[in-house]
Amino acid sequence: MRHLLSTQDLARTDAIRILDTAAQMSATQSREIKKLPTLRGRTVVNLFFEDSTRTRISFETAAKRLSADVINFSAKGSSVSKGESLKDTALTLQAMGADAVVIRHQASGAPYTLATSGWVEAAVVNAGDGMHQHPTQALLDAYTLRRHLSGTALSAPGASGPDDVAALGADLAGRRVAVVGDVLHSRVARSNVHLLHTLGAEVTLVAPPTLLPVGVEAWPCRVAYHLDETLRDWSPDAVMMLRVQRERMSGAGTGGGAFFPNPLEYTRKYGLDARRLRLLAEHAVVLHPGPMNRGLEISAEAADSPRAVIVEQVANGVAVRMAVLYLLLAGDTSGDRTDPAPTTERVRVP
Amino acid sequence: MNSGPAVPNDLPNDLPPEIETVVLGDTEIARALTRIAHEIVERNKGAHELVLLGIPTRGVPLAVRLAERLATIEPGLVPADVVGELDVTMYRDDLYKHPTRTIGATRLPAGGIDGKVVVLVDDVLYSGRTIRAALDAISDLGRPRAVQLAALVDRGHRELPIRPDFVGKNLPTSQSERVRVRLAEVDDATDSVVIEQGVDR
Repeated sequence: MRHLLSTQDLARTDAIRILDTAAQMSATQSREIKKLPTLRGRTVVNLFFEDSTRTRISFETAAKRLSADVINFSAKGSSVSKGESLKDTALTLQAMGADAVVIRHQASGAPYTLATSGWVEAAVVNAGDGMHQHPTQALLDAYTLRRHLSGTALSAPGASGPDDVAALGADLAGRRVAVVGDVLHSRVARSNVHLLHTLGAEVTLVAPPTLLPVGVEAWPCRVAYHLDETLRDWSPDAVMMLRVQRERMSGAGTGGGAFFPNPLEYTRKYGLDARRLRLLAEHAVVLHPGPMNRGLEISAEAADSPRAVIVEQVANGVAVRMAVLYLLLAGDTSGDRTDPAPTTERVRVP
Repeated sequence: MNSGPAVPNDLPNDLPPEIETVVLGDTEIARALTRIAHEIVERNKGAHELVLLGIPTRGVPLAVRLAERLATIEPGLVPADVVGELDVTMYRDDLYKHPTRTIGATRLPAGGIDGKVVVLVDDVLYSGRTIRAALDAISDLGRPRAVQLAALVDRGHRELPIRPDFVGKNLPTSQSERVRVRLAEVDDATDSVVIEQGVDR
């Protein structure tokens, strides 16, 4: 593995290796001394062209726990706001000797460009690009699901009693995951559908037709329009709620732009509340990538219920990102300096 | 891509099959471990406050075997309470020189290691770099009263000032040779220590 750009070109063995490494990283994070000397002397640049709190902090924490030096670079207040191009920014980072570049960009494909252009020699980690991919979020979701849907955890109620021993080396074969909400604007959904499919899970997207992307029928998943029917008849092992990304909806004055009539109707049809929570199997868990719109796609009762693993997702995010940085940076990478040719998914924006 | 070792070009490509010399068989290994167990008890005046930490992969079953022997010498000692495993991958100083290593598990006995005597257990002691990494790992996990080192085979060629406290067998080797330890628990073969003849440099 040279870069982490997308979950679509991630092989099953690589995905499981990342999750297993994350499990060992996670074990070190319950110690009194959480810092490891593993990446001493390596430099990780967080290159954030788009606002982000938890992903940036998570990557920063992960790099620091592995003793790497971290340089934070956000578009606001930097030379990017003076009109510098991605190429010139990348060349600057190369001159500074970055070993890894964690990039979030509003344009789909920016990480791919950075990785394949030859501007930087560093390993490139996609931390979210436009409406395309967010691979580390999908990996941390898969890691969280694997802990709660393996071995004894599969019969334990809700989020209680994760089974880390059974989870090690396991995939998600046969597990059912419902991904609910604003799929259209969600890179989290795209990354998750591909990764969960690779790991053997069945995925159903539940969304109003207006919030599904063109070409969704080519994705390796089912599509449904009714949340109640899906929860009742398909009995998913996990429900992943997506944030309604109002900032990406033009004409958002009344709440949903042209995508749904009004927030209340969206909540009635697609919001996860206490009633819908009761439709779930006893062992099922609820995920949300955050930040949550409480009262819109998820009610406070659902968000704070014992089934919700939303806070755990944040902790797992650090472990997964430590694993990714370790696997990209720790070994001798001189042997695979050739660039991979991953298939880039063309995202059509309606 | 040439992934072979850096050997001079004038060597013939079809080298004779590697010569294996068995240095220790299963009875010798069993005997050596029993002796080491007695030495550990003797040195520490009992097995009180003792923790055996095996270094993956083959140090772990060796630590388990040592603990079983300690239990027969010191009645009342429960092997599971004194055995742990210590993965040192993330503390190594040669990570950048090898393909990415898989990280193993670190598991301490329930009592932790604070104030205990920790005996590190490994199969082959060579450069001493693994033990240096282990010492760093231990200092992040707690503060033992003392750290001792048990190795099934000491083959010399130390690169650091590290010395074992308990040795199964001293094995003078050349650096071109490979020492292989096979244990029933991990290798699916009878216990043995063999020297493989390498290319003389």
